Amino acid sequence: MVDLPKRRPDEVLVHAKEAPPAIEVARLNLWYGKFQALHDVDLTIKSGIVTALIGPSGCGKSTLLRSCNRINERLGYVTTTGTIKVLGEDIYGEQASRIQVRAHVGMVFQRPNPLPLSIRDNVLFGHRLHATRHSSRADEDGMVEQALREVLLWDRVKDRLQHKATGLSLEEQQKLCIARLLPTKPTVLLMDEPCSALDPEATSAVEDLIWDLRGHYSILIVTHNMAQARRASDECVFMLMGRVVEHSATEAMFVSPQQQQTSDYIEGRFG
Amino acid sequence: MTRSAMDGFRATAHELRSLQAQRLMRLLFLMMALLLLVPVLGILGVLVVEGAPGMTWEFFSQKPSKLGAAGGIYPALVGTVWLTAVALMVALPLGVAAAVYLSEYARDNWLTRIINMAIVNLAGVPSIVHALFGVGAFVHFMNFGESILAASCTLAVMTLPVVIVSTREAMQAVPKAFREACWSMGATRWQTIWSIVLPNSVSGILTGLILVVSRAVGETAPIMFTGAVFLRLVPPESVFDRTMALSFHLYTVSTQVTGVPRHVPFAVALTLILVVLTMNALAIWFRMRLRGRKKW
Repeated sequence: MVDLPKRRPDEVLVHAKEAPPAIEVARLNLWYGKFQALHDVDLTIKSGIVTALIGPSGCGKSTLLRSCNRINERLGYVTTTGTIKVLGEDIYGEQASRIQVRAHVGMVFQRPNPLPLSIRDNVLFGHRLHATRHSSRADEDGMVEQALREVLLWDRVKDRLQHKATGLSLEEQQKLCIARLLPTKPTVLLMDEPCSALDPEATSAVEDLIWDLRGHYSILIVTHNMAQARRASDECVFMLMGRVVEHSATEAMFVSPQQQQTSDYIEGRFG
Repeated sequence: MTRSAMDGFRATAHELRSLQAQRLMRLLFLMMALLLLVPVLGILGVLVVEGAPGMTWEFFSQKPSKLGAAGGIYPALVGTVWLTAVALMVALPLGVAAAVYLSEYARDNWLTRIINMAIVNLAGVPSIVHALFGVGAFVHFMNFGESILAASCTLAVMTLPVVIVSTREAMQAVPKAFREACWSMGATRWQTIWSIVLPNSVSGILTGLILVVSRAVGETAPIMFTGAVFLRLVPPESVFDRTMALSFHLYTVSTQVTGVPRHVPFAVALTLILVVLTMNALAIWFRMRLRGRKKW
């Protein structure tokens, strides 16, 4: 036995090979009307790390992501078979409520979409939906500060919490969109190309933030940007035509992809 | 070097002809557009010139005498306000509720398509047909009798399509991204509607509403069989009273009564137009505020 050096608490979480998986997808098939978008997807997303979903447009990566908090159901013509478990519980199970699922699995969209409310009300929006009783003003203040600190936005907006969130810069808006998920204490954060509407500097700031949140949350991120997947993820999942082609540690995938299709895509031969 | 460049980029004869034709057409279209101003200015001009002598304080504050040939229009003015207000109270909740359903809940299926078709057709029904429907449905079947209630319900049915369509459009103008954001956080449809969609479409709804008011103020046919009367010297006191109304009064003093001084019908018409114009000005003001406030 060797004495390991003491880790900081958030590093312990990062080193989480033994922790139960964040998301387990089993034999997932999904149809939009008659079009089958996902074919027998089996996938295990580890807890506490950043997993990137990559693949060409229309490969089903966004569909898979959106299935994980059941937002797809809003489209009336979607049929799903198979299971998705979050922390071991089936989110499509009979007793599972969409609303509870969404409190635990947060979603960040491609274009920052803060609500047309004040910054403060944006952060508290999700909490107020799910809270069973009214929180005191002091509790709410604490929640706002903590969430905004977590996304490194507190110092920039603390003096204008009553201002409209839609007046923030895109980078700040996107960070706010992450912050507003945190008060309901989610375990998984889904991000659908969270940087594609941002300029390079803002992209790098948001990537840094994602890297910062890693460990506290399990993060599944869809990206078109190979460099981003390589920079900002621990594991990578390559999808093609609604199927998972390859799933491995990011470095491994970029250095020595196992499948021909993966290496073709990574090298930019299609997509 | 091409020929025109050698020639100092001078236009060819052919280009000159095209330019000439273009100027001619521009002039033609401008004339057509200007032509539109003629009826508007004509109507307003005649009304102001002919009606101005009749626009006195007594005209607005006194009851009519000699069947409207003399005196004022006070009961008609009050009656129009009653009719319009009650019509709004009926049309607003119904119309907004229907619009919320159509905009936020309805899926594109046969039922929705039938409802939409009904709205379009309802908007196309002539007002005199609405009047007959009102007599049958509200005066007799619902047993409201000839009253403000029956007349206002008829007006409400007539204006419902406008309320529904303008409300639905105002709600549809709220970006989809906001709804997705709400849903993704676990909000139900109703929570989304109440906290985000309605607050952000309220100005648009109000704009549509004011347009409806200006329509209801001016209508004559739907009220003449259902609750408006030729002469009633006291203003109405409840929705079960019959009432005079500006639009119907205009009809009677200009066609049914003899010996009316020339300026009286013009003054009534001018009052009616002023009420409508005020409403439209309000609608425009609301719309401008809406545009100024939206920053997403």
